[in-house]
Amino acid sequence: MISDWTLWLEWFLKAVAVAMSLLVGFILLTWYERRALARIQSRIGPNRAGPFGLLQPFADAIKLVFKEELTPAKADKLLFFWAPVITMVPSIIMAGVIPWGTSFTLWNGRVVTLYLADINVGVLYLMSIASIAVYGIVLAGWSSNNKYAMLGGLRSSAQMLSYELALGLSFIVAIILANSMRILDIVNEQRNMWFVVLQPVGAVIFWIATLAEVNRAPFDMPEAEQELTAGYHSEYSGMKFALFFMAEYQKMIVVCMMTATLYFGGFLGPFVDQYPLLGPVYLLIKVVLLLFVMIWVRATWPRIRYDRLMAFGWKILLPLSLVIVFITATGILLVEETGNSLYLWSIPIVSVLVGLFTVVMVYRELRRLSYERV
Amino acid sequence: MSVFEPLIELMRGLGTTLKMAFEKPVTYQYPEQKREVRPRFRGRHVLKRYENGLEKCIGCSLCAAACPADAIFVEASENTDEKRFSPGERYASTYEINMLRCIYCGYCEDACPTEAIVLGDNYELSFYDRRSAIYTKEMLLEPVSSSELLTPQKVDPGKYDRRSVPEMQDPKD
Repeated sequence: MISDWTLWLEWFLKAVAVAMSLLVGFILLTWYERRALARIQSRIGPNRAGPFGLLQPFADAIKLVFKEELTPAKADKLLFFWAPVITMVPSIIMAGVIPWGTSFTLWNGRVVTLYLADINVGVLYLMSIASIAVYGIVLAGWSSNNKYAMLGGLRSSAQMLSYELALGLSFIVAIILANSMRILDIVNEQRNMWFVVLQPVGAVIFWIATLAEVNRAPFDMPEAEQELTAGYHSEYSGMKFALFFMAEYQKMIVVCMMTATLYFGGFLGPFVDQYPLLGPVYLLIKVVLLLFVMIWVRATWPRIRYDRLMAFGWKILLPLSLVIVFITATGILLVEETGNSLYLWSIPIVSVLVGLFTVVMVYRELRRLSYERV
Repeated sequence: MSVFEPLIELMRGLGTTLKMAFEKPVTYQYPEQKREVRPRFRGRHVLKRYENGLEKCIGCSLCAAACPADAIFVEASENTDEKRFSPGERYASTYEINMLRCIYCGYCEDACPTEAIVLGDNYELSFYDRRSAIYTKEMLLEPVSSSELLTPQKVDPGKYDRRSVPEMQDPKD
């Protein structure tokens, strides 16, 4: 039996590794986003500080640390202080349940698993922690005693609540397909086929909902500069602002990890069974590609109007994801009842048909509205 | 298939931005890579000289009078044949331009009767305090190629008694 302290040490090291990977990931992500956005806009981006501008985030960090930290006179001091922390912590602990690989054996025969926690309700944990982050944002907006910050916080909470329904339902799609809430089971179930192939519409809904969940363009209403100055973090400066900034980018990374894990096979890839250490590499590649999609979307599409955002969430995404869950469940049931695995293919076909039908209905509705306006 | 037009348009937008990512950036890497300025660019002022090194400026203060921002200060002194700065009776013993006030309108250039002051192509004007924003005559004067051309010069008596007015020409660019 392994003595207790080595187990503790292993857990501690892995926890530090996960937290550090997110902190370093945040630093690199700000650089990555700026460079990628710049390339899309025919610019070069930060390239002065260090090789390829890689030290730019450190320069930014130094700037933020040395800036004056201002607390508005009529702000709620306690909540004003804790709001960034409440936003920041969930974004890190969310990553705890995401598996980076299976396990590998050390030189002394000790088996080290490549995940921090393997809880049997991992998906539920992700869902609940993801929704805690909204508290920080609402509290930040409220405690600043600034109407724009308040509006930003309220918008953010309304948006997150609305899109969490679609997000939860597309989580359920993955749960149904894997027949488990353990994230490791969900990944292992994708050995033959990624869930994005089986349920492309579910993956798209999941992606849209996550974009709204992390307040990224085109759903970055809570921090719409043009209307709300900066949204919930208007009154924040210095390190407190940096914490919000960090939370946002760490959430981006974690959400990309979630998407990769649930729909794109997570750490799976060629030769991952022979060399388990390839798992984190594959996960990293998938996360980097998904992050590029986020940046790409931000560079392309304009922000959508707030009422349309809510209408899209409640009138289109929610019913569509309900139908998708129904289709997935029916497909699985058909396979189990008949024993014919060909029925599995009814899931993607019917889902895509329903998705296209939704697009048609949305188009008709929009055209009807534009006729009425004329 | 006009029904799927909105969806196709969204994808086309993504395609456009991705295509732009592979184009050459338009950025100029400024301090290393400088752009040529236009021929009529109005940058930092230069006080011109004649070919023999004498200053064109005669200290008439017409530039200071024309300046809408009141950025130019000129003080004139008498020329002698022993110590000659410019042709004619007088020269500018003090010539200062406050670069914080200057609006680079070029009126001084237009007002100058001897084409002495010209707005050049130097736009890299930066300073740490207000005092160094005032450019003196030494900073503004055109540099010379040899020390013989430096002013003041000792000239033959009577040679440069009359101020010479250069032949004005229309710009060719």
